[in-house]
Amino acid sequence: MMGGVAGALIVALLALPASREALERLMITHMLVQIPLLAVAGGLAAAALPDNWKARIAAWNDRGISGILMTLIVSSWWMVPRALDWVLVSPVMETVKFVSLPLFAGAPLALSWRKLGGLGRGFVIANVLPMWAVVGWLYAAAPVRVCNFYLVEQQVVAGIGLLTASLALALALGGRALLLTSAQLAEPH
Amino acid sequence: MPWLRTAAASLVVCVVGGALLWRGTDGFRALTSEQARRVSIARNPRAVPVVALEDQDGTAFTLAAYGGEPVALEFIYTQCVSVCAMLSEEFRRIDRAERLNGTAGRERLNLVSISFDPRDTPIRLREYAARYGADGRHWRFARVRDTRELAKLLRAFDIVVIPDGRGDYQHNAAIHLLDTGGRLARVLDINVDPGEVARTAASTWR
Repeated sequence: MMGGVAGALIVALLALPASREALERLMITHMLVQIPLLAVAGGLAAAALPDNWKARIAAWNDRGISGILMTLIVSSWWMVPRALDWVLVSPVMETVKFVSLPLFAGAPLALSWRKLGGLGRGFVIANVLPMWAVVGWLYAAAPVRVCNFYLVEQQVVAGIGLLTASLALALALGGRALLLTSAQLAEPH
Repeated sequence: MPWLRTAAASLVVCVVGGALLWRGTDGFRALTSEQARRVSIARNPRAVPVVALEDQDGTAFTLAAYGGEPVALEFIYTQCVSVCAMLSEEFRRIDRAERLNGTAGRERLNLVSISFDPRDTPIRLREYAARYGADGRHWRFARVRDTRELAKLLRAFDIVVIPDGRGDYQHNAAIHLLDTGGRLARVLDINVDPGEVARTAASTWR
């Protein structure tokens, strides 16, 4: 219940003209703040669904496979530079963004992540993080301007941001794995 | 049987998601709005609004005056030191090729450089023309006198100009070809070989 309220509140705050203007003015906040927050809002709401709803969805989402596929497809679209430009000129596409990210990226991720199991999660992370890093590096290093509505300097900043985020996440996950392993080794048998 | 329903759900997700990605990227050809613009124009040539232009000598004209002759257009501003400089250099090469190599029976390609900078006066355009050795006839430099008409023209071409806050602009740059009907028919990259520009222009011009 609380999660649902929190999710709706986040979407509502992000949809305010002032916050849209502020976050979409820069490519880095558009890509790395607004879009992830929309997904987080959907994830919070989905995690707070009543158990019988979750069970009904789970019947179609064995081991989280269909859910993670949905998340991967929807989130990959919102990494396409054209999508970022498009929402700035089209209210329809802006609405699609505000609906699709919570419902079809964040929510299925929250409902599938645990069910994926260690191997599945590792597979997703090992595919997604390098992709983010490569996209970030391309944005930062390529001489091509990918968005017509953003200055090339902003593209460089967004690229460095994406690269940094993926490296930081990789380090954090690696560090956590190391800690967990050493904790297991330290346990008396 | 959850796995069967999951397989069905996954199939639906992949088919629907794949179809939407296919549509959103014009068959995976357009990952950027610039590519999307080029695909859309090549598929559906666009009408060009009739806009009052003024050339480097202060002479008024419109693009309709070319009356079906082949035209290559670029959008620039004269103080630009980056992308328009490359674009105008390409136009200089096209101009030279058209002048020296002959046109083998076809009409000579007309070149028009349109400035989107309100600071560009005919005097500035004349200086710019001189810098690129243009004759001012086969290669003309123009500004749009009315700023509302300029916005209309840029919108028709999907040219996005954003001030960078330091007195310069960033904008999408390309070679635009008009067909016999005066419609915007093709958009080519800056670094295309002049011969290919002429051939593409001829192919849209029948």
